[in-house]
Order: sequence, then C-alpha cells, then structure tokens
Amino acid sequence: MDLFSFFSRKQSSRDVAKDRLKLLLIHDRINCSPDLLEMMKTDIIRVISNYMDIDEDELDIQIGQTKSEGSNGSVPVLYANIPIKNVRNAGNQ
Amino acid sequence: MSQVIVVTSGKGGVGKTTTTANIGTGLALKGYKVVLLDADIGLRNLDVVMGLENRIVYDLIDVLEGHCRVKQALIKDKRYSGLFLLPAAQTRDKNAVNPEQMQKLCDQLREEFDYIIIDCPAGIEQGFKNAIAGADRAIVVTTPEVSAVRDADRIIGLLEASELRNPTLILNRIRMNMVKRGDMMAMEDVVEILAVDLLGVVPDDENIVISTNRGEPAVTNPDSLAGHAFRNVVERILGNDVPLLDLDISEGFMGKIKKIFGIGN
Repeated sequence: MDLFSFFSRKQSSRDVAKDRLKLLLIHDRINCSPDLLEMMKTDIIRVISNYMDIDEDELDIQIGQTKSEGSNGSVPVLYANIPIKNVRNAGNQ
Repeated sequence: MSQVIVVTSGKGGVGKTTTTANIGTGLALKGYKVVLLDADIGLRNLDVVMGLENRIVYDLIDVLEGHCRVKQALIKDKRYSGLFLLPAAQTRDKNAVNPEQMQKLCDQLREEFDYIIIDCPAGIEQGFKNAIAGADRAIVVTTPEVSAVRDADRIIGLLEASELRNPTLILNRIRMNMVKRGDMMAMEDVVEILAVDLLGVVPDDENIVISTNRGEPAVTNPDSLAGHAFRNVVERILGNDVPLLDLDISEGFMGKIKKIFGIGN
C-alpha cells in the first residue's frame, strides 16, 4: 500500500477539500455572478483589442487566489489568460 | 442578565437540534433556568430529541397567536430541574410567524429564564430570520465537509449583516482517525477558512444516536465523549476557559490494545 502511494503521490482528500472550499468561498464572498464575469470579459476584450489582436475563444478569466506579499497568506485575485495573436503597432494606426 | 442564544447552521442535518438539546440540558444541569425554543415550524424535532414529544399541548404558534399564555405552552422537563421546552407547531409553516413576534416572545421569556436557546431551521429564508430576530448571540454548527462549511460561511455573513456579530463555531462529528490519515478536514482547517472563534469540537460518537433513540441528551452521559465535549461547550458559554478535548482517546481502549499488538494503523 505504501509503495503505491509513494508512486502516485496523490494529494490527501483533506487538502483537496480545503483547497476547493477556499476557492468556493472566494466566489461566494465576492458574490461575483457568471453574468458579471461575462460582462467584464466583454469589456476587457474590447479594450485590449484596441491595442492587440487577441484570441477571443481562448481567453480565460477566473477569480482565484494568490499568495499575498504580506504575512496573511492568500488573497483573492482576478486571473486573466489572454492569448495574443498579433501585436499591432498601435502608435502607427 | 439573561441571554438568548440561537443555534444555526445553514445546512440541514449537521446537528443543530442535538446541539441545542445538549447545550440547554447542560446549562440546566449547571443550575440555570433554561428554555429550549424550537423555531423549526412545520418540522419540529427538538421535542423528540428531548424525549418530550408526548407532553405537547400548546405550541409556539398558539402562544404567538394568543390561543394560550406562554406558561401554558412551556413543557417542564421533569428529569432536569429548571429545563423547559417551547415546542414548534407541526401543522403550520415558517411564514406563519414574523421576526417582530419572535423578538417580543424572546423578551417575554427573558423575564423568566437565564438562558433561551433557539433551535433554528435549516436554510436562509423566513424561518432563519425569525429564529435570529431576538437573539443576543449565535452559535454556528458545522461538520468538516465542504458543503456544510460553505453554508456556515454564508450564515456567518448573514448573521453579521443582521448585527449578530462574532458568532462562535461548533465543529460537529469530527473523526480523528480520518483527520490523521488525511481524509477529513481538521478543526484548524475549518477555523482558518471561516475565521471565527471556536466554541467546541464534538467527535462523531455512536452515543449520540443511542441518546437520541432514548430521548436523553448525551451531555448527561458521563461515558460519552460527545457528551463530554458538550459539557465543555457549556463551560465556555458560561465564560470558563476549558481546553479543547483531547479527541485521541476516541480510538478507545480496543484501539490502544490493537496498537500494542501492532494491529491496525
């Protein structure tokens, strides 16, 4: 049994539960609806598209958490992964 | 100075009624005059957990609608002096009551009792609002599960929005053997996530099922570990500093024997 767990190195279900809860509560506490996130996404696309050619289908926006630089652990963060197709030279247009 | 304490959780089935019964009985055993108020209208259970279901004549709605006086509806628990139950109505629903009525009733009960312990229904709707209306402080019950802790967080937010600040937490049904092998959240995990003060940790204990079967709260059973945990909770409500129960004893005598012989983990 120990041999198997040595190879699989699975995260304990206690830690899985804790991580899921932390993320869940960030969403609950911010009370950020999917609609709001979608509106934000549309606005971000509009603004960034003024400067760059981005891949709208692959764009990913989420609320997550990150380690804070202060001492009190993690803080909520808005995470946006925006793949760029082509950088336009905005100044010349 | 009497105190009105509401026992709430958000999620159903985490042990609100059991907690209410045990805290109330524990306080009565300490010599205080206590009334248990079942606010779960339509789904009353506190009477059954207390073993008083055969003695109900009038209920909460009868009192609020003026069909009887408060004294007529109070059931005196003959086993423990100073302990009374005000049962919920079974035939009506939670919308039959409003927060103002509950607040008035609580103030009326304050004149007679040292502690008024309210068993709140599950959910965040009218029944919850009624139950917390007259309370001075809130106890949130949760279990170490994602769904229960999530609902507890929501309830804590709603309590604070209703001026019931600094609710305390009871973590119920913890299983130390599962925590140890990494398969259950520990009390540190839950306290860290919810960021509230811990009032007590109650182990998962077969005695709770047995005592509920008999209608005798576990707090009166000197051999029950959960009963011991509830006695400690009662001490903390009274303002006494009691260390958290060492739940490792929960593996029991046989567990220790097994350990000696190297069986099990």
